[in-house]
Amino acid sequence: MSRITRAFTDGKVFIPFLTCGDPDLSTTEALVLAMAEAGADIIELGIPFSDPTAEGPVIQAANLRALRGGVTTDAIFQMVRRLRKICDIPLVFMTYANVVFSRGTDQFLRQAAEAGVDGLILPDVPFEEKEEFAASCRTHGLDFISLIAPTSAGRITRIAREAEGFVYCVSSLGVTGMRSQITTDIGAMVDLVRKANPEIPCAVGFGISTPAQAAAMAALSDGAIVGSAIVRLVEQYGREAVPHVRRFVAEMKAAFS
Amino acid sequence: MTKGRFGVHGGQYIPETLMNAVIELEAAYDHYKKDPTFQRELTALLNDYAGRPSRLYFARRMTEELGGAKIYLKREDLNHTGAHKINNVLGQTLLAKKMGKTRLIAETGAGQHGVATATAAALLGMECVVFMGEEDTRRQTLNVYKMRLLGAEVVPVSTGTATLKDAVSEAMREWTSRIADTHYCLGSVMGPHPFPTMVRDFQAVISREIREQMLAAEGRLPDAVLACVGGGSNAIGAFYHFIDTPSVRLIGCEAAGRGVETAETAATIATGRLGIFHGMKSYFCQDDQGQIAPVYSISAGLDYPGVGPEHAWLHDTGRAEYVAVTDEEAVDAFEYLSRTEGIIPAIESAHAVAYARKLAPTMGQDKLMVVNLSGRGDKDCAAIARYRGEAVFE
Repeated sequence: MSRITRAFTDGKVFIPFLTCGDPDLSTTEALVLAMAEAGADIIELGIPFSDPTAEGPVIQAANLRALRGGVTTDAIFQMVRRLRKICDIPLVFMTYANVVFSRGTDQFLRQAAEAGVDGLILPDVPFEEKEEFAASCRTHGLDFISLIAPTSAGRITRIAREAEGFVYCVSSLGVTGMRSQITTDIGAMVDLVRKANPEIPCAVGFGISTPAQAAAMAALSDGAIVGSAIVRLVEQYGREAVPHVRRFVAEMKAAFS
Repeated sequence: MTKGRFGVHGGQYIPETLMNAVIELEAAYDHYKKDPTFQRELTALLNDYAGRPSRLYFARRMTEELGGAKIYLKREDLNHTGAHKINNVLGQTLLAKKMGKTRLIAETGAGQHGVATATAAALLGMECVVFMGEEDTRRQTLNVYKMRLLGAEVVPVSTGTATLKDAVSEAMREWTSRIADTHYCLGSVMGPHPFPTMVRDFQAVISREIREQMLAAEGRLPDAVLACVGGGSNAIGAFYHFIDTPSVRLIGCEAAGRGVETAETAATIATGRLGIFHGMKSYFCQDDQGQIAPVYSISAGLDYPGVGPEHAWLHDTGRAEYVAVTDEEAVDAFEYLSRTEGIIPAIESAHAVAYARKLAPTMGQDKLMVVNLSGRGDKDCAAIARYRGEAVFE
């Protein structure tokens, strides 16, 4: 059983997101350990990209801060290797197709697997294009995480049947970022996934920023993903962000366990 | 291979949120391109409203002065709104209207595509929002005013390099948040399938006319067709009906900026490598980590780090040649054509004129060359004057 699959066997799952290298990699490393201790079940690690077209302003700014700080894919792999020696939490890379492709897709995934990464999310690679990346993921034992969106009508069954790890259920139209309300019928989306593939868990992301929202989304699915709200704390507190993020993750996790 | 491929290039690398929108667009386009009523309505708009067919003008003074190939200028600059952009925009706007969309969004670099989209939106009674890099809103203030005059909202984009690529990213983000009533009227032969194919089809009217006009004027096809290439829509339009005629040299002129050996360039085919960005696989200016490079050209319309996938493929197969033209050469050509023919070209089109000046003298006087004059240069006068040290402001 993969680390990701195991994470879903014990109650609702909380998945926080961080942009690697924001503001620097030693802070990212400390944040990962703090989030794991505070109850995170899986951690999504963003490899920054110059032009993150699926991100709202908060994560866009984090990408640019990290790149200005000089973070590289190699340095991120090294950080994961260090983390893997002391921490067993499932780690999923979230980045854009060109970051993977430009290194050589197979080489990227081999190195990611060697470092101890468990999965890959590429928001600019839909079902139709996924084999280019998913095939190498399978070769190296990573889960290629598929996304479904409120506009996925007629596509969810196909996507769910071939899904690996978990299905990333995009809660709302638009880009990442905090929203006061989520109006999509998440329950209906999750039902379609479960009908098509009873084995695959569903986690809901985009727009979740409060413990109450996270609890509501997790109640309708198998877990909740939170990005911008955490990145905002890192933006606000920089290298001093660890205790703030630790407290935030603990509150989130407490809300639905 | 997945949909919309030109060799390895093309594809649909976009968020899941947009997939049904592009599938719906592809189905609608496939339907309407075969629909005689749609084609009739589009031709009427192109002819009666945009002023097609555009002239194929024999540039006598330029030809005599350069002393080589006979040079013809395809006058896309005489179209309504002053550039080739209107060809594609009328096609997409009519299609969007048939699809029941009520709102257009678009990106723009120099402002030509934005003005064309705002124009078509006014004509067909649609709402219009144009995303434009903040840097470009400063370079092209007059076009910003024109778009607003035409009833469009102009949103300055301050992220990244605040130029065309950032405007495309922001338009894509906007599309993911509002799809039901909105069509993304992409301005070049780029982005996810079906855009590269659909935009090319709408621009192919240029080469269809060149073919007919050249046969009428000279009784034979040209030996070379030149066009500037940013994303590549005027170039693919000028090339398309000659691709299967190997005797016609197809030459795309990229923006070298301050030179392909410097970092301040936008010459994608000369300096880029294969990548995935803005919905497509193609060549992109990027660093060794796959981060998209902050490109530069004096021309806002060519200031883009990628190139359309069909051009990438025409480069791979050797069917088309791509050359790089510097700011300085383009500005020289801008002045040269104004003086020699009394035609002020867009600074984008001046890149093709610049290469024509180099190439024509190397060709025999019995050879025929067509330069696609994709747009007119009124919008550039103040900026070029400033480039030459004159304090001209709009």
